[in-house]
Amino acid sequence: MIAGMTALYIFMLAAFTGYEIISRVPVILHTPLMSGSNFVHGIVLVGAMVALGHAHAALEQVIGFLGVVLAAGNAVGGYVVTERMLEMFKRSKKGAG
Amino acid sequence: MDSAIQISYFASAVLFILGLKRMSSPVTARGGIVWAGIGMLVATSITFFYPGMHNYLPMTAAIVLGGGLAFWSGRRVAMTNMPQMIALYNGMGGGAAGAIAAVELLKGQYPSTTFLALALAGALIGSVSFSGSLIAFAKLQGWARRPLRFPGQQVFNLALLVSAIGTGAWLVVQGELASGLVLLFFVLALAYGVMMALPIGGADMPVVISLFNALTGLAVAFEGFVLDNAAMIIAGTVVGSAGTLLTQLMAKAMNRSIGSVLFSAFGSLEAGTADEVGGSQKAIDAADAGVMMAYAERVVIVPGYGMAVAQAQHKIQELTELLIKRGVDVKFAIHPVAGRMPGHMNVLLAEANVPYDLLYDLDEINPSFPKTDVALVIGANDVVNPLARTNPESPIYGMPILNVDQAKNVIVIKRGQGKGFSGVENALFYADNARMLYGDGQAMVGELIQSIKTI
Repeated sequence: MIAGMTALYIFMLAAFTGYEIISRVPVILHTPLMSGSNFVHGIVLVGAMVALGHAHAALEQVIGFLGVVLAAGNAVGGYVVTERMLEMFKRSKKGAG
Repeated sequence: MDSAIQISYFASAVLFILGLKRMSSPVTARGGIVWAGIGMLVATSITFFYPGMHNYLPMTAAIVLGGGLAFWSGRRVAMTNMPQMIALYNGMGGGAAGAIAAVELLKGQYPSTTFLALALAGALIGSVSFSGSLIAFAKLQGWARRPLRFPGQQVFNLALLVSAIGTGAWLVVQGELASGLVLLFFVLALAYGVMMALPIGGADMPVVISLFNALTGLAVAFEGFVLDNAAMIIAGTVVGSAGTLLTQLMAKAMNRSIGSVLFSAFGSLEAGTADEVGGSQKAIDAADAGVMMAYAERVVIVPGYGMAVAQAQHKIQELTELLIKRGVDVKFAIHPVAGRMPGHMNVLLAEANVPYDLLYDLDEINPSFPKTDVALVIGANDVVNPLARTNPESPIYGMPILNVDQAKNVIVIKRGQGKGFSGVENALFYADNARMLYGDGQAMVGELIQSIKTI
């Protein structure tokens, strides 16, 4: 494991980072941003793959498989809907409409 | 290989943070999701080379299955249904975090008490987020519209949560992973997620979805500690804190505290307060309304979720273009909670090709209402109700509203004479400067366009 205190430092710094990133965001981006951060925790896919990759007993394999299915859904679905929303933000000057 | 994996995870963590940062400004937002996407691709691809792994065939099959279904559903979901889709994908992430913990716990061996405690904490939070998000999805999808409430619910829910935590703590203290107890732990956590989401009303759902989003991030971070995976720890924690702040911002925009969203029911306020609204609603027809708008100097359009339900946003875009061609100054006033989530209305209008620089939020637009010739309200109700400003007795008193009543003329497109989501009578509809255009949103805007074209 990443040694105790180091892990705590990573946790603390990442928490402040997340807070700083969002602190000045305009309301119009709340929905896409929520969707975008929903995509980012799709990184759980990496963990689910590792868990399934080391699973031996049948039950472990079944749950690991489900984990990967769910995680892949989180990552891919999160990306697709966020991308669809953001692709619509256009300015009138550049000939929208 | 191990250092290549570590470097890739590091790079993807950097890409996630930069991507999220870019997503917080409209100009760079599109690039942001692409950066984060590249980070995800890098991290996922390198994981195939993780040491000591097997089960590659089911792993690939699972990715194709889960990813394929999500891709298919994500491409075709209507923009109006976006909030529940986000809830669904978010729930899947929480479920995955729970599954990781389950696999680790089933092995029956663990290196330390900290490991066990973190695995269980992640499992609890992930499972709650999983089942809670599914309920949120079902509610917004219209499968279970009525909030379920019963006497003693808060106590019951608290008892459920305490027993889930208690079971987890017992497992940690005993240090022995009896499979029956582990199963009970998961069942209690999942049940709590369901019970927590059931009593919450539809209007408050976005705040709850955002909260579950933050919780999933936290669960992912905890499982990252368990698997010794820095990318998961960083990405999960960043989402956890960003999501918490986003939840607070959303609740604030709706004039609600997170506590009141979770523990009290908005709908139960209704009926008690009889609003004294004098006068009568005055109707107008589309031809007259069209003339009024065509010869106005400044027009402000106030869209609400009703507009999206009537699928009128494309007609609204056509109307906007027509008015701008005639030299009318057209702006959109977007209330923070217009639509189903903060920012949802902007997405819906963007889909209909309304340029985002015509959209103004509450603070920007409110001072200009007195100089506005015509305010067109379509599908919005509570957010333009002046009682929120004037009547301390009203349940919506104190909610920030758009001061549409200060415009010289107000045209309200509305299906009938009903009340708004909160069940409160709207004083705007009875004001002297207000005219009601009764009918379906899409049809009425179509008639407005016809009437302006024939001038």
